[in-house]
Amino acid sequence: MVVMTSLVESSAEQQPDAAGRGRRDNPWLNPMLLSGLGVLALLFVTKWIAPLFVAKKEALIGAAANNMVPAWADPSVTHGFVANTGGHPLGTDGQGRDMLASMLIGIPQTLEVGLLGAGIGVAVGIVLGFTAGFFGGWIDAVIGTVTDVGIAIPGLAVLVVIASYVTDLGVVGLSLIMALFAWPIPTRVLRGQVLSMRERGYVALARLSGASSPSIMFREILPNMLPYIAATFAQTVSGVILAVTGLEALGLAPSRYPTLGSTISDALQGSAIFRGMWWWWGPPVIALLGIFLALLGVTLGLDRVANPRLRGKA
Amino acid sequence: MSRLTRRYVLGRAARLVLTVWLGLTLMFIIPRLGRSSPADAIIAKLAAGGGAADPSLVNAYEKRLGLHESLWHQYLDYLWNAIRFDQGYSLSEFPATVNSIVLEALPWTFGLVISATLISFVMGTLIGAIMGWPKSPRALRRILPITLLFSSLPAFMIGIVLLFLFAQQWHLLPFSGAYSADVVPGPNLPFVSSVVSHAILPLLSVVLVQMGAWAMGMRGMLITTTSEDYVMLAEAKGLRPHSVFLHYGIRTAILPQVTSLGLALGTAAGGVVVVETVFAYPGLGNLLYQAILANDYTVIEGVAFFLILGVSVSTFLLDLVYPFLDPRIDMRGR
Repeated sequence: MVVMTSLVESSAEQQPDAAGRGRRDNPWLNPMLLSGLGVLALLFVTKWIAPLFVAKKEALIGAAANNMVPAWADPSVTHGFVANTGGHPLGTDGQGRDMLASMLIGIPQTLEVGLLGAGIGVAVGIVLGFTAGFFGGWIDAVIGTVTDVGIAIPGLAVLVVIASYVTDLGVVGLSLIMALFAWPIPTRVLRGQVLSMRERGYVALARLSGASSPSIMFREILPNMLPYIAATFAQTVSGVILAVTGLEALGLAPSRYPTLGSTISDALQGSAIFRGMWWWWGPPVIALLGIFLALLGVTLGLDRVANPRLRGKA
Repeated sequence: MSRLTRRYVLGRAARLVLTVWLGLTLMFIIPRLGRSSPADAIIAKLAAGGGAADPSLVNAYEKRLGLHESLWHQYLDYLWNAIRFDQGYSLSEFPATVNSIVLEALPWTFGLVISATLISFVMGTLIGAIMGWPKSPRALRRILPITLLFSSLPAFMIGIVLLFLFAQQWHLLPFSGAYSADVVPGPNLPFVSSVVSHAILPLLSVVLVQMGAWAMGMRGMLITTTSEDYVMLAEAKGLRPHSVFLHYGIRTAILPQVTSLGLALGTAAGGVVVVETVFAYPGLGNLLYQAILANDYTVIEGVAFFLILGVSVSTFLLDLVYPFLDPRIDMRGR
C-alpha cells in the first residue's frame, strides 16, 4: 500500500501540529466515503434480513387487497382506496403487491445487477485501459477507436432492443448485458491515468531495475491506481443502475418479483401519480435516491483519497 | 483558410459509420444468442394474432426476415434494409409503416433533446463560471453542491417528483402529452403556449440532471485558466475584474465545454427517452414504451435505429464545427 503511506505523510505535512496521526489522518476513513458505503451495505443486507420480516410471496401480484393506504395514512386520504387492515405498513399497490415486501426484495436485486454489471465492466476496463495506456502504439490506437465508438453508441437504444427479445434474463444475464455498455468509460478513464502514472519516477526506477512489463503494470502501477479504480467502479455502478432502472421503467426486463425499476413502471402504468397514490411511486423513488446519493458519496470520498489537494477543503 | 483537412473529415466519417454499424450488429447478434430467434418470435406473434394479423403481413415478414436463409444472409438483409431506411410495417398498427410512425414522433424528441442540452449547457456553464472565479460572492458558490446532487440522479425520477408537485399537488402545470386537446396545432398563440407549458416539466427534469456536469467542467477549466500568465498580465495591466473574467477567463475556458456537446447529446437522448414515458410526451421514448407494451418489435427496432443514427450524425456534425471554434484542435492527430 504505497499510496496509503505516502498520502498519510502528505496530509501530516499539512497539519504539522496534529499530535497523533492515527485514524483521523487516514484518507480512506473520510466521512463521505464511510457514510456512502454504510448506506449501501445497509441496503444490501436487506437481502438476508428481509425474509425475517416479510414473506417473499407478499410481493407477488394479488397477495393482498389492491390500493391499500399505508398504516399511518390519514383516513381522509383513503377516499377511493382501501383502508389499511394491518400487516401492510407501507400499504399495497394497484395490483395487490405489499409495498414493504416489494421494496425489501427489489432493493437488493437492483443493487446486485449494479454491482455485478459494473464489476464486469470495470474489469474489462482495467485490462483494456492498462494495456492501451502501458503499451501505446497501434495497440492503443485500436483500443482507443473501439472505446470511442463504444462511448458514442447510445447504449439505451441497443439495450432496449436486446431486452425486448431476450425476456428471461435473471440477475446474471441482465448484468452481462449491462456490462456490454459499462466498459468504455472506465477504459478511457483508466487509460488516461495509466498514461500519467507511466511517466512517474518510480516506474522508471522499476524499469531500470529490470522489472518486466506485467510486473510493473500489476505490482507498481495497479496499487497506486486503486483509489481511481474504486471511484470509477462507484460511478459505473451508478451508471448501470441508472440504465437498468430506465429499462425497467420502460417496461422491459420483466421479472416475477418486483425490482425498483419495475415498481416504477407499474406505478406509471397504473397512473399512480395522477391518482395520488404516493405510497406506490414514493418508496422506489426514495430507495433510488438513497442508492444514488450513497454512490455519489463514495465517489466523492474516493476522489479525496486520490487527490490529496482536495483534502482540507470542506 | 481551410481548417477541415481531408483526413480529419474522413476519420470522423469512418467513426460515424463504425458506430452505427456496431450498434446495428449488436442489436442483431445478441438476441440471436438465446434459444429462440427474434424472427421466429415476430412470425409467431403475427400468426398467433389470428384474425387480427393479416396473412399478407405474415408472408411479407417471412420473406423479409428470410427465416429459411442462413444467418449471414439474414444479417446482410438486415443491414441492407437499414441502409435503405426500410423498417417495414408496424406489427401492432399494420398498415402504418415504422417510418411514418417514427417520423411523427421524431420532432418532439429532437425538440426536447436539443433544447434541454442547450439550456443545461448555458445554465451549467454559467454556474460553473461563478463557482470557478475566485472573485465571485461566497454565497453564490453554494449552488454547486446542489447541482451536483441532481446530476447523480436519473432524470425520470426527478420527473416523477416534479409531476407530483407541480401537476398533482399544486395544479400548476399539465399532467401529460405535448399540448392540450382543445387547441388547434399550428402557428397560433394558444397552441404555442400549450406546447410550452407541456414542455416545462420534461425539460426541467433533464436540465436539472445535465447541469451539474457542465458546471463541474466549467469550474475545473476556469480554475486552470485563472492561474495562467496571461490572466495575471491582464490583471497587472489594470483591466477591470469583470472584463478579465469575460474576455480572458470565460472565453478560453468555454472551448472544451463546447467540445463536450456531442457526448452530451447522446446522454440527453437516453435521459429524454425515459422521461417521455413519465410525462406521456409523444416523442420517441413514449413511442418506444407503447411499442414495448404491444410487443411491436419492428417499431422498437426502428426507434432504436433512429436514436443511434440521430445521436451519431449530430455528434459527427458537431465534430465538423469544432475546428472553426477552436484553432488549437490538432487536425493531424487522431
